[in-house]
Amino acid sequence: MVMITESAIDAVADIPDGATVLIGGFGPAGQPVELIEALVASGTRDLTVVNNNAGNGDGGLAALIGAGRVRRIICSFPRQHDSHQFDAKYRAGEIELELVPQGNLAERIRAAGAGIGAFFTPTGYGTPLAEGKEVREIDGRHYVLELPIRADYALVKAHRADEVGNLTYRKTARNFGPIMAAAATTTIVQVHEVVPAGDMDPEVVVTPGIYVDRVVVVPTSSTPEPEEGQ
Amino acid sequence: MSSHQTTSFVEGPTRLGKHELAALVAADIPHGAFVNLGIGQPTLVSNYLAPDSGVTLHTENGMLGMGPEAHGDDVDLDLINAGKIPVTELPGASYFHHADSFAMMRGGHLDICVLGAYQVSARGDLANWHTGEPGSIPAVGGAMDLAIGAKDTFVMMTLLTRDGKSKLVDACTYPLTGVRCVSRIYTDVAVFLVDRAGGDGSVLVRETHGVTFEELETLVPLPLRRA
Repeated sequence: MVMITESAIDAVADIPDGATVLIGGFGPAGQPVELIEALVASGTRDLTVVNNNAGNGDGGLAALIGAGRVRRIICSFPRQHDSHQFDAKYRAGEIELELVPQGNLAERIRAAGAGIGAFFTPTGYGTPLAEGKEVREIDGRHYVLELPIRADYALVKAHRADEVGNLTYRKTARNFGPIMAAAATTTIVQVHEVVPAGDMDPEVVVTPGIYVDRVVVVPTSSTPEPEEGQ
Repeated sequence: MSSHQTTSFVEGPTRLGKHELAALVAADIPHGAFVNLGIGQPTLVSNYLAPDSGVTLHTENGMLGMGPEAHGDDVDLDLINAGKIPVTELPGASYFHHADSFAMMRGGHLDICVLGAYQVSARGDLANWHTGEPGSIPAVGGAMDLAIGAKDTFVMMTLLTRDGKSKLVDACTYPLTGVRCVSRIYTDVAVFLVDRAGGDGSVLVRETHGVTFEELETLVPLPLRRA
């Protein structure tokens, strides 16, 4: 059963210290800011966070890092013009970084949700990011063995949910949402509205409700588009 | 792939600026191609793709059919490119999640990827993500996936560093992004065709701009051949 609530605080309250948390978004697009802020407020610490980036500006993921709650981050592109919160923690040796090529990051998350034990990818072969990893030549091409990234929780921003947790997304804010929703034991999603079951065309569902555990309604979470087809 | 590849060597009179270089790359992109343009200078190529080029732009954060940068009321923070700049969508656009986006890249479905570079080797090794300087924070993003994913990887760069060293090298000294992945190098003074199979270690020169072939030979520490 999907839990539907208006309280982001309640939705993240059971995330324990030391948890691994997938956080959706590519930069600001699709970042579940209200869920992250609730996580900051909850005081949970020693988190391992998986995100494409390492926070922008001072809100959302940057605030979580700035508050010293993230022990380790797995991401592809931490350094940006506005990643000063991460930069300071990294330079102070207060956060551990695992740098992963973006496509490998996505596929490792996808693999976790799909029950894949590991996979061979050509990305990264011959580079420093493949050092120490198993390499295999298949049909004349070299591949690197990569392992799935499983998580205890996923925090995802979608556009709209129905009562059974089916989700649609909006434009490039979709990014990591569908694969993260599938890769966590408990998936918590924020949306701007929840519609009754039956009001969402099954043909347009992107993330089926089987992957969703909790839905938080944040009316300001996304710009509603009345003209947009369901 | 393009008609230029079979033409014989030509010498142009003047060195190319970055906009002229972008126009040259755009002219080499075949009609109907699916293309990813890297962040920075490669993005300029989109300014020179004719409206009837039939080229579809891919952005790795999950979109095909990306339009020009958005301004004013068209800005939508849910619609951004890989450089996190607000963009627009063209008729026929589609959205997909990150694993699908990189699967279409890694799976060889994109025709051309255009990237910047710190260094490229004679056999097409690319270094463009990290200078390896102590204390610098590494960031790779999609560079490694882009480099090896598309059918053809084009590099746009100035031939020389600020202190006059060739970025086209025998072997990269910066950390690699990908191995034997670059097929063509567009620079301000020459266009190079790379044999990714290695060949005899020499590099084909399709055209020069503002330098003669002989002058180019003095700038690049590799055996060169006219195309």
